[in-house]
Amino acid sequence: MNENRLDIKIISEFIKPASRVLDLGCGEGDLLASLIAEKKVLGQGIEIDPMAVRKCIEKGLNVTQENIENGLSWYPDNSFDYVILNQSMQQVLHVDKLLQEAFRVGKYVIVGFPNFAQLRSRLDIFFFGRTPITKSLPYQWFDTPNVHFLTIKDFKVFCARKGFRILAARYIGEKGEIKFWPNLFAVDGVFLVAKE
Amino acid sequence: MAKKVKANAGNAGIVKVKTFEFEGSLQLESGKSLGPITIAYETWGTLNHDRSNAVLIAHAFSGDSHAAGFYEGETVPGWWDDLIGPEKAFDTDKYFIICPNVIGGCRGSTGPASINPATGKPYATAFPIVTIGDMVLAQKKLIDHLGIKKLLSVAGGSMGGMLALEWAAQYPDSVASVIPIAAALKHSPQQIAFDEVGRQAVMADPNWNGGNYYGGSAPEKGLAVARMIGHITYMSKSSMEEKFSRRLKNDDLSFSFNADFEVERYLRYRGENFVGRFDANSYLYITKAMDYFDLSGEKFFGRNKTINTKFLVIAFTSDWLYPVEQSKEIVKLMKSRHVDVSFCEIQSEYGHDSFLVETDEESHLIKHFLKGLA
Repeated sequence: MNENRLDIKIISEFIKPASRVLDLGCGEGDLLASLIAEKKVLGQGIEIDPMAVRKCIEKGLNVTQENIENGLSWYPDNSFDYVILNQSMQQVLHVDKLLQEAFRVGKYVIVGFPNFAQLRSRLDIFFFGRTPITKSLPYQWFDTPNVHFLTIKDFKVFCARKGFRILAARYIGEKGEIKFWPNLFAVDGVFLVAKE
Repeated sequence: MAKKVKANAGNAGIVKVKTFEFEGSLQLESGKSLGPITIAYETWGTLNHDRSNAVLIAHAFSGDSHAAGFYEGETVPGWWDDLIGPEKAFDTDKYFIICPNVIGGCRGSTGPASINPATGKPYATAFPIVTIGDMVLAQKKLIDHLGIKKLLSVAGGSMGGMLALEWAAQYPDSVASVIPIAAALKHSPQQIAFDEVGRQAVMADPNWNGGNYYGGSAPEKGLAVARMIGHITYMSKSSMEEKFSRRLKNDDLSFSFNADFEVERYLRYRGENFVGRFDANSYLYITKAMDYFDLSGEKFFGRNKTINTKFLVIAFTSDWLYPVEQSKEIVKLMKSRHVDVSFCEIQSEYGHDSFLVETDEESHLIKHFLKGLA
């Protein structure tokens, strides 16, 4: 299953072997399990959903059931090499505060999120006047865990404004990785970010 | 014995209480010493060749060594039978499970009702105050006696969870993992307050007589009241509503001070039942030990130290006696020292009793956690 997850592959390529990793919103732990197996990282996760926590413990992972907006205060400064927010940043209320905290406890932050400006989203809004439902944004407006809807460009502007340096950016299109016009064609963006 | 196990596939079978006599004396935290001591314990499963599969189960305040299986001729199994047995969370086909009764207790281990060798009479209140640390010190003597250098895990709920934490604090190199369930690093004033009310109930009973009631009438009324209070704190508002609501014992109100409501009858029954199996002085000593327990802040590790013991911390949503926040304090402390810790909050309506009754999810987590240690 993990071989099919391009996001896992990309994040794995960002991460140096044997580093210390914190996965915020680790879900059922597929990414963590893969990083531990492939990259021999020392990994742990925070996840709010008890059923997902249970799955993580089944996999033998180190996981804490907590809201990621509260759980970071537990860690001393510089506890990790990488803090990962894969598909979880858009679900928290205070993104700015969370990223500052992530940079306090970790050296690098890896962020993966759905791109709201992808062509299909634009078409849904422009032609049909409907809230977009796409591969990376599969939820109905009334039943979505997402509280922020951002684009690839939005995130780059945000990083520039906050003084976060984007060290690598990779884009996932509908049929695989893409390089050109990501803000129009990418369903997801995956960024490796450092604080200047 | 084997026959019985077969007849009841999945249970831990017939078990007998064993005793370990420690001839020396223990240097207690209070500065006093206690000895010789007896520790009553039970075991299930088999210790493997390299003695690496031993798990210590620590019982709660009013518990005992009878965690699983049946005593010969009895039909009621041990208090954590749902979790201990073949193919259960604490799989007796894989692990060697040990459950000792704490010192200060009254279920076979040395406590205030035991004979004081200096006087030839029961210790009563001459028994020294023991702490959770002292209880663990005694348990370590048992583990040494069994030839076990390192326990695979120490697990327990409530006071059992405190004992597990104390094991990790005192003997981190002797425990690969600990599973504190519905526990805390220290009692809050609310918890101390409930314990104090219980103690006062015991001591207010004229039969308590300064603790010297052995051979005469025990302070049963006081102890029963203490237990009634305890039971209220072990349940949740919703579990009490579910279990009793305002249902009456009989069809009509009695217009007297008899037990009209189901909840009154239940508490009276629980209180009366308790006095038959528990010593009032042990109630005082053990609650005091819990109130003294404090591993918060620097007390767990000392400054800038850490340990390699892995933690699985479990809490229950409806537990207001040992609330989820207290378990999170444990998690927080471990994370601050980079200790491996997993934490799960189990959805449950049963309050503090959940660790004894809400066993499906608990079993699942423990089973996989232990598997991951191998």
